[in-house]
Amino acid sequence: MDLTYDSELESFREQVRAFIAENWPREGDGAVQKFRQLAIDSGYLYRHFPKQYGGSEQDAHPLKAQIIREEFGRARAPGEPLGIGPSMLAPTLLERGTEWQKEKFIPRTLTGELIWCQGYSEPGSGSDLASLRTKGDLDGDEWVINGQKVWTSGAHLADYMFCLVRTEPDAPKHKGISYLLIDMKQPGVEVRPLRTMTGTADFNEVFLTDVRTPRDWIVGDRGEGWLVSRTTLKHERNSIGGARRTEESLNALARLAKKTTRNGRPAIEDPAVRQRLAQIEGYVQAHKYSGFRQLTKDAKGESVGSLQLMMKLFSTNIQHDVSRLSMDLIGADGMLSAGSAHLGTPARDSQSWIGAYMYSLGIAVAGGTANIQRNVIAERGLGLPRDAAATRSSK
Amino acid sequence: MNFDLTDEQRMLQETVGQLAEKQCPVTEIQKRLESEEHNAALWKALSDLGVPGLAIPVEHGGAGLEVLDLAVVAETLGYHATPGPYLGHVLAAHAISLGGNEEQKKRWLPGLATGERIGTIAFAETGSAWDPEQWVLSGEGPLTGTKEFVPSADIADLIVVGLRGGQLGVVEKGAAGLAVDAVDCADLTRRVHHVQFEDTAREILPLGAATSTAVRDVGLSLLAADALGGSQRLLDMCVEYAKTREQFGVTIGSFQGLKHQLANMAVDVEPNRGLYWFAAYAQDHVPHEAERISAIAKAHITDRYMQIGRDSVEAHGGIGFTWECDVQIWFKRAMFDRAFLGSPSEHRERAVQLAPWAS
Ligand SMILES: Cc1cc2nc3c(=O)[nH]c(=O)nc-3n(C[C@H](O)[C@H](O)[C@H](O)COP(=O)(O)OP(=O)(O)OC[C@H]3O[C@@H](n4cnc5c(N)ncnc54)[C@H](O)[C@@H]3O)c2cc1C
Repeated sequence: MDLTYDSELESFREQVRAFIAENWPREGDGAVQKFRQLAIDSGYLYRHFPKQYGGSEQDAHPLKAQIIREEFGRARAPGEPLGIGPSMLAPTLLERGTEWQKEKFIPRTLTGELIWCQGYSEPGSGSDLASLRTKGDLDGDEWVINGQKVWTSGAHLADYMFCLVRTEPDAPKHKGISYLLIDMKQPGVEVRPLRTMTGTADFNEVFLTDVRTPRDWIVGDRGEGWLVSRTTLKHERNSIGGARRTEESLNALARLAKKTTRNGRPAIEDPAVRQRLAQIEGYVQAHKYSGFRQLTKDAKGESVGSLQLMMKLFSTNIQHDVSRLSMDLIGADGMLSAGSAHLGTPARDSQSWIGAYMYSLGIAVAGGTANIQRNVIAERGLGLPRDAAATRSSK
Repeated sequence: MNFDLTDEQRMLQETVGQLAEKQCPVTEIQKRLESEEHNAALWKALSDLGVPGLAIPVEHGGAGLEVLDLAVVAETLGYHATPGPYLGHVLAAHAISLGGNEEQKKRWLPGLATGERIGTIAFAETGSAWDPEQWVLSGEGPLTGTKEFVPSADIADLIVVGLRGGQLGVVEKGAAGLAVDAVDCADLTRRVHHVQFEDTAREILPLGAATSTAVRDVGLSLLAADALGGSQRLLDMCVEYAKTREQFGVTIGSFQGLKHQLANMAVDVEPNRGLYWFAAYAQDHVPHEAERISAIAKAHITDRYMQIGRDSVEAHGGIGFTWECDVQIWFKRAMFDRAFLGSPSEHRERAVQLAPWAS
């Protein structure tokens, strides 16, 4: 084990810093896009994607990756966009896509030019995703798709949807599903916004009526969609489980504790607040080093074992703790809406903390609820028997 | 030992509950959520039942009942998420009953008792300063300054204002220099406002300084009661949903994971009912325990309410995170109950300072 930053890594850090200093911030149209392209060309972003598909094709190096994240974060320079396309679809295509699919979709997805949404959940199929009923029939060279998706984040902004569709109605539940790519900008795709409890509409219902997509816009074979979707879900867990975000949350929480007061003193001086911050830090540090372990194993092409299964629940639990403490710190402002502006604690702070307070619940449900995570940990991680009902219904 | 509600109190809960359900079912609440208009018909119907004057002395037109009666009604209104000025109103009436002189009581209480006039309280100052000891707004002469998070200030005829030294003053609607600004608050069933005074006339309640902590404590026990009612409703909603929503070919309530979560929620509801009863009862009958127990009840029950709100979102899955799902209404009432009159940690701190075991 070696976690010290040797001189080579320190000079790498200097190099990254110099790159950022030279290129960010910049002005004009498409500044972010241009910066990202430069960063990719210099080997700082999408290190594990081949050059051919718009990546920078670098050897996996967890510490270099960490240094890049640190330095980009420090300078608030745009890193890899957080969207569902770069974090979920692109890795899935890399693993399961055909050559032309990779070439057509990955590069522009990585730069954030193509926006994707994930069409998995349906009104009757959430935790039991494999029961989904949206159907696809082959009509000559095209799939004709009919059904309804729900909770589709960002569908109102998306160019394309990666979608699970039942194409083999006679096959067993999990074997009748295909993974199709759909152009969202066509007749028959109707996106209706759904408001979240925060008051804004970030997710949608998507009605698909005789929607068409070319026969070869399928990832994996017919009936293999469930397996392909597991690749994507793995990537979703990876990205949601990112240790970076929990570390940032803790830092922001500590800043909040400096700005707010408790018993007439800055809250950060209150022993109870300090204890709770330090308690959260225990989890955050564990999260960070678990991230290192994951990266190292990934680099070696090995599995990190059951740890992988735990990361989503682990990180959403941290967000719950952060949320609860933030609510204590903002005091009376805890009565404000997620989108409010108010005096007291600086306006943006309170409102964004309340937004985060609510969003920590959305994140806990999205991508598989906490209970489903627990089932996965218990069954796949600990080897306990499968839930009886789930076993019956998968037949 | 007879630690139970009376038949009259049960009747009161039932009558108010039926009215709330009939006049303002949750479908109606959802519909009106974004309208700022006061539901005058609902307040009138509650007034016809005598709700605004429950604890106002009989000689001033009220029913002469006790804080526990106010609390059982608060529980019922919390269960139904009934919109309106109840909380601020009964606290203002209480402040005048305890702190006013005979002439003031004669002048103000009868109108408050019938509900024709609406009262509210303005306690908080900038920086979550809810506690009478923290008030700095001077009542020496006309008022100049700000109060925050004042419920129903837009429709209130009387505002009982907390002043330096724990004093209480009354400002009437339309007073010169009084400005009311809506606050973008989470709970849309109990909207709050910022109130500004600029050389605004006020009338001091002579016994105010001796009364303000008692008014706060009554407020704390009413918030605890509201929170208990709301928690019960969230639990009921989750149980109902668990019995109807199917995944994997069975109702989700048959999964032991969820079943245990709902059982845990129940354990955070029913055992707290007695706690809020006692906190409210103590206000009239066990004065030496009233302050401490209401601090504990408010801190504990509103904190549990908030957590039950969070758990209820998760128990509903994706739909639980939506605006259209009723859970959000109670979730945001929990935000109100938890923050209004001070957050749980502040009350816990005070409760410890007063605790016999801490000295
Ligand atoms: C903010 C947000 C964004 C989302 N974005 C997307 C998106 O972009 N694309 C997309 O396809 N989907 C998206 N979703 C949907 C999400 O994946 C589903 O909501 C989630 O999988 C749960 O499904 P459900 O809502 O049908 O809940 P249900 O499956 O009905 O679950 C209800 C409750 O039952 C429990 N439960 C269910 N089965 C079991 C079991 N076997 N054991 C114990 N408990 C169980 C759950 O834990 C939950 O508490 C999003 C959701 C949210 C909240």
